[in-house]
Amino acid sequence: MIEITDLTVRYGGVTSLDGLSVTFEAGTCGLIGPNGAGKTTFFNVLSGFVRPASGSAQAFGDDLLKMPHYRRARWGVRRTFQTEQAIEGLTVYDNVAMVHSPLRGAARRADVLAAIEFVGGGRLDPDARVGTLGAGQRRFVEVARAVAGKPRLILLDEPAAGLPEGETAHLTSVIKSIPEQSGALTILVDHDMSLVSAVCETTAVLDFGKLIASGPTAAVLRDENVMRAYLGTAEVST
Amino acid sequence: MIDTAGPKSPAAASLMRRPDRGTLTRATVITAALLLALFALPPIMTGYYTDTMTQVAIYCIVTLGLGLLVGRVGMYSLGQLAVLIIGAWTAARLLFGTGQPFILVLIEAGLVTMIIGSLITLPALRLRGLYLALITLMLSGAVTVVLATLNFPNGGSGFSGYNGSFLHIPQIRRPSFAGTDPAYYRFSVIVAIVMFLLVFAHLRARPGRAWASIRQSEAASLAAGINTTFYKLWAMALASFVTGVAGALLAGADRELFSIDFPIQNSITLLAVVLMGGAFSLVGAVIAGFLQAFLPAFLYQVWGVPNDWLIILFGVGVMQVLATAPGGIADQFPKDMKRLYRFIRRRVRPPAPSPASASAKGGETA
Repeated sequence: MIEITDLTVRYGGVTSLDGLSVTFEAGTCGLIGPNGAGKTTFFNVLSGFVRPASGSAQAFGDDLLKMPHYRRARWGVRRTFQTEQAIEGLTVYDNVAMVHSPLRGAARRADVLAAIEFVGGGRLDPDARVGTLGAGQRRFVEVARAVAGKPRLILLDEPAAGLPEGETAHLTSVIKSIPEQSGALTILVDHDMSLVSAVCETTAVLDFGKLIASGPTAAVLRDENVMRAYLGTAEVST
Repeated sequence: MIDTAGPKSPAAASLMRRPDRGTLTRATVITAALLLALFALPPIMTGYYTDTMTQVAIYCIVTLGLGLLVGRVGMYSLGQLAVLIIGAWTAARLLFGTGQPFILVLIEAGLVTMIIGSLITLPALRLRGLYLALITLMLSGAVTVVLATLNFPNGGSGFSGYNGSFLHIPQIRRPSFAGTDPAYYRFSVIVAIVMFLLVFAHLRARPGRAWASIRQSEAASLAAGINTTFYKLWAMALASFVTGVAGALLAGADRELFSIDFPIQNSITLLAVVLMGGAFSLVGAVIAGFLQAFLPAFLYQVWGVPNDWLIILFGVGVMQVLATAPGGIADQFPKDMKRLYRFIRRRVRPPAPSPASASAKGGETA
């Protein structure tokens, strides 16, 4: 469980997160909202790239915000980026193996290969150089890096952006099975509502840095405020 | 190619990581080149070229260190000359002042240089690009200024080990098994090989992954739990170590060291040759070593081209590399050779105008 209390982030005069308090229980949770709502900022706070003006983030009893950013990965925070950050000069294996892991030796190797197999489902060759892969496969490499090395909190920032439809279906099944594969709490940011409703039991909605709704995904997507703020009534009524 | 769908278990997967044909070819070429350098060259080289090739072996180590910083971590350092000077100075002082075996002095000089080099650059680690280059160039300047007053040890006493009134300067000693020039050349090549293996081992392991990731994306590195400052410092320490060893080799090779042998413009030409040779590969470091130490000697010997012309030549070379071949000669040369091969093959055997050959050709260009 991760409990965010009164989180505020300001960039100069812009308040990106405005006293946000939200709790993510377990499994896979959605985080949606219009562009500029503060979703990526929220991820940046949790992974340590942005220092909040105030607030706290209690994850499984530890205060995340007190750790330096590279320590958070050791604790078990994993994230992917909106613009994919797979390292071109390395192989798929090395891209996944670069993440911090408490495992050593053969166990670590097996864990990395299992992550590649779990996410790639035969699509990823561990020895292929990432520079030679297409955009879709690179996304999978990044997701594989996020599930390797005993993660406890996985932050996925628009993992389906730019994926062709067939690949999105595969990604959906991968994200769905992350909780049982790794036991990590997963927070998913995406604009693809079918993906969010397929994989997330609960969803929180941000708008202008404030929480406007949270709860079971189906109920949240039917919430009037959410429709008005984000989805647009016409789209949801279908 | 490798079967991606087949093996599932880790054991089968480890079989998959067997070297492919490209790796084997590369290994064969490298082994052949090393055998040539160690056994075929020394008997046929004149004294001039033995000296030159010794310098090449030594400067390959320097460009190895700089290539590591530039190509792997993205740190543009102009301070490697300073690091080399520190290594040479330390080794000369130890060789004159103590009776330790040469190889021990080599390692000690590397370690001392590593500590000094890392300490000096510690504050500069937060800087990137132009600012890091500027600071490290100033470091080179500072070290040359200090050196101009301190001088290289020449067998005198005290901390500096320099005596300005010596008429006959005693020579810096060499290892007992490598007293002659050809033997010292072989010794330098072997030390260079060891240094390359040391760096290679780093590149294949966790530091290599961390450096590759830092170069492309610090954000992704931090998110993966890589302590970027620590790994940058590690790269700097490793580069300083090998450069310090190179400095110690240089002391033994030159036997008399003078501060005028280390002009500050060498800081710049070193970075230039590393970029031209190819900062992203170990072969590039070897090419860079040849550009730095062989090309000037060769041009001077054959056409009497003075050294100063090289900075112009290298300027043009760097411009060409940055504009057309960012991977340097190490990357560009094989590509050009492949293109040449295809060109000749097309000339010798023009493809028949059938749909099969057309599709094959399409596959080739893709």
